[in-house]
Formats: sequence, structure tokens, C-alpha cells
Amino acid sequence: MKTLGRYILLFSGGVIFAYPFLWMAVGALKPEAEIHDLALWSSHLSLASLEKVFAKVPLARSFLNSVIVSAFTTLSVIFFGSMVGYALAKLQFKGRQVLYAAILFTMMVPFQLTLIPQYILIVKLGLTDSYLGLIAPTMMSALSIVIFRQFFLGIPDALLDAARIDGCSELRILFRVVWPLARPTVLTVAILTFMTSWNEVLWPLLVVRERSLMTMPQLVTIFVTGGEAETQLGVQLAAATMLALPVTILYAFFQRYFIDSMVSTGLKG
Amino acid sequence: MTVRRDQSSQKSGFGRTGHIFVFPYVVFFLLFAAYPLVFSLILVFHRWNIVTPMEWVGFKNFVRLLNDPLFAKAIGNTLLFLAVHIPLQIVVALLFALLLNTRIAARGAFRAIFFLPVVVSGVVVTILWQQVYAYDNGILNAIALSLGLPRVPWIIDPSMAMPSIALMATWKNVGIYIVLFLVGLQNIPKELYESASLDGADSIRRFFYITIPMLNPSMILVVVLSTIGGFSLFIEPYVMTGGGPMQSTLSAMLYIYNQAFYFGHMGYAATLGFVFAVMILAVVLLQKRLLEREAVVA
Repeated sequence: MKTLGRYILLFSGGVIFAYPFLWMAVGALKPEAEIHDLALWSSHLSLASLEKVFAKVPLARSFLNSVIVSAFTTLSVIFFGSMVGYALAKLQFKGRQVLYAAILFTMMVPFQLTLIPQYILIVKLGLTDSYLGLIAPTMMSALSIVIFRQFFLGIPDALLDAARIDGCSELRILFRVVWPLARPTVLTVAILTFMTSWNEVLWPLLVVRERSLMTMPQLVTIFVTGGEAETQLGVQLAAATMLALPVTILYAFFQRYFIDSMVSTGLKG
Repeated sequence: MTVRRDQSSQKSGFGRTGHIFVFPYVVFFLLFAAYPLVFSLILVFHRWNIVTPMEWVGFKNFVRLLNDPLFAKAIGNTLLFLAVHIPLQIVVALLFALLLNTRIAARGAFRAIFFLPVVVSGVVVTILWQQVYAYDNGILNAIALSLGLPRVPWIIDPSMAMPSIALMATWKNVGIYIVLFLVGLQNIPKELYESASLDGADSIRRFFYITIPMLNPSMILVVVLSTIGGFSLFIEPYVMTGGGPMQSTLSAMLYIYNQAFYFGHMGYAATLGFVFAVMILAVVLLQKRLLEREAVVA
């Protein structure tokens, strides 16, 4: 009896979280007149709404922009993040404590404080309407450094010394000896960074005005709020579905890492 | 002696490598963390639209802020958001975490579904919830009508719009907090429950005297992260309501955005950002102190 109650609660929860997404995806394929039905099926499914979105805005181009920005940000964050994390955990150098304190401090600073000056910096560097302008402020992340440092602290020094005696450079040790051991951590940081970057919309809204450079969430936002979608609901749902699709597919494959990565953001607290 | 020299030369070698490893970050830190921080402290004393030269105005931005009804409105809206969002988030997340922490089939599948809105863009969630909340034929009102209930003005009534956005934000983020609570629940030693049962404590007592106090670290995390999220609320009102109706969903971040990029008031926007940042830190510190003290009492 008690178990049955649990299943009923969990199942209703599942419906509350899953149904709207299914309704959205099916709504993107339904004819306009049937969208308001609560049914998840129609005998007239078509790609008409999707075609309209692609005809009105450069959605494919924005997808490519988002892939470029998110991929480059992710590679940069794991590359530099693991280097700094490794240096903080395993190398002796002057100023190490000060640097670590500074990194912890930047994690505490609310972004509301630095957003406007960062935007002005990008304007003054002439980086508005460029990929670099989109990527630069998130190329490295304090949180990723802290996560990497935490993991690297647990790697035995004996292992590193053995590699040093074999004549490996520190860079080689990091990427050939330590990285293979840190694969779950690297993947967790990569997923967290990719997801954050993919879904970021405030920053692109500030620094990009040119349509051909807009990221996908930005273009969809402007499409929906700017009146271009008119009042056609199917078109709005089609745009939203296309935006949700790439991350959802990644989530299907790397579910565990998505969940782990969000738990690790708990470090911010 | 030779060994010693080896070690010291190795050490200084490490020093150089260390500096090379952290050098890119130091440059990044100076450009995108230190400089903006210092520059924001200069901006708050200026009037500036980026194009014309900066004009020193002393404390005028702060005086203006104290007399700005929209600043007060944005704070009020944010507090209303938090007042609805935090308790709702805790209750819902805790309920599902407790359900998932029992021996049931398809745990992973349920967890995956609850977590789905977390990974999807806020833009998607907001476009979707516009249709959930739509007055004429939205999902919720269609359900209400079919049950013989009247339509609810979810986002067109100024007194309901912000709580509605808070409800949507809970739906979007609760997956994170379910997982955080699950981690917390799994860290509670089983022996505590066993000995309490032996002492005759029923399940309600065990929940209030063991589970809740032992979950305190997760609770602090949930409250703090939700608070930071509330002050960062932007895309949801931007897409759903544009801050309306009657400024009732004007969030702190949306107001900064409007001042900076709609009106070009960089100095005033930086002042708003500065004051909100100080408020976030103060509120979070206060929450931590209160909750940590509570844990000691319990």
C-alpha cells in the first residue's frame, strides 16, 4: 500500500516534468488549429512549422555559431583549468597561495557586479559582434580550476615522480599521465561548461547584434520576443524544440555526468 | 649533498613550470576579474553612455537609487520571488528525494526525467510555460475548465505574475535540488534511524529529529543557490512578460539590463549591479549564519 502510494506520487511527478516537453515537441508538428488540444497526437503531423522557422531566421547558422562558441569555450576551460589546477595541486611556485585565494575570491563575486564593466571592456577591445567577444569572458573558470585541483590533490606524488625520472616534462605528465586518470572529472567539467555555454543567453544578447553571429538561444529569444514569430504558436514551439534538441540528445548519452556536474556546482555555495 | 642539490634544482624548475602553467590564467584574471571589479568601483561615481566622455557625479547615482521607485520595485519583486520559490523548492525537492531514496524500481528513470528541465535552456522552458500559463487556452486553464473551475490569470494579473514565474523556476530547477538532497540523505548513517526506532520514535519523529537536522548542509546549499538564482533571474521575465504587467516581474537583473542597454545609463547600471551584489553577499551570509546556528541548536 505504502509502495503503491510512492509509485503514484513519483509517476505523477514524472508526468508533470515530461508532459510539457512532449506537448511542445508534438505541438511543433501539429497544425496550428490543433495545438491547443492536450492530446499528444494528431493525424495531421507535418514539418510546416519547422520549415517556417528555417525560412524566417538563420537557425542552422545559429546552431553552427553555438557549436563553435560552446566547443571552443569547453576546450579552453578544460585545457587551462586542468593546467592551473595541476599547478596549484602539484607544483611549488611563488605566489601559489595568493593565486588560490584570488580564485576562491572570484567565485564569491556575484556576476551582477562585473557584468557591465566586462561588457564595456569588450566594447573597448572592439570585440562586439565577434566569436572572441562571445567566448573571451568564459575562456577560463574559477570553479573548474577548483574542481581539477581537488581531484589532482588525490593523485599520489610517487606516480608523478616516476614519470619525472623517466624524463617527462610537466606538460606531458599532466596530459599523458594525469588526464587518463582524471577522465570522469574532465568529462564532468566539460559537460558542465558545455551546457552552461550552450544555454547562455544574456551575454550574447549584449555583445552580438549581427544576425549571422547570433547563438541559437539568442536567435530563438529574439525570434519569439521580437514579433517575427507573429502569433503563430506552432512556429514558436518548433523553434523551442530545435533549441532543446541538441542538449537533450547529449543528456541522453551522458546523463550521469550531467547530474554529477550540477552536484559539483554545489561547491559555489 | 648531490641529492640535495638535485632536489633544490628540481624545486626551482617546478617554480618556473608552475609560473608558466598559471600565466594564462593570471592574464585572464587581470582582464576579466580584477579589472572589471576595479572599474565597477569607478563607474558607480560616473554618468556615462560609453560614447561621450565619462562625467564625475560623486554619490549622485546612489542618491538616485535610493529615490528610484523601480529599484525598490525590483527588490520587492525579487524578495517575492524568493519567498515563493525557496519554500516550494525545498518541499518539492525533499518530497521527491525521500521517494527516490527508497527501494523502488526505475529510480534512475525517474531521476532522469526530474532532471530534464535543468539541462534545457531557460528560453525553451519559458516559451513552453507561456503556453502552460496562457489565459485563453493554456494547458493549465484548459485543465481547470475541464474540471469546471474558472480560468486563472497566471501571468496577466500583476499580483500573480511573479509567483507564477517562481513556480516555473521551481519546475525548472528542482531536479538539481532533488539530487543534492539525495546525496545528503545517503550520507545519513543508518544506525541513527535504527537506534531511534529502538527507542520508540515513529517515522514522523525520525523525520523531524534525524532527517531534517542531518540534512542541514544540503538545506544551506539549496537556500543559498536559490537565492543567487533569484537575484540572477533574467531570461524568464525577459521572454515571458518583459517585466510586466505593471513592472510586477521586473527582476533585479532585468532592471540592470534595461538601464544599461535600453537607456545607455552605464554608471547607474553599474551602481545597481554593485548594490545588488552587496545585497546578495549580505543575504547569503545571513542565511548561512542563521541556518548553521539552527543546526547547532537542533
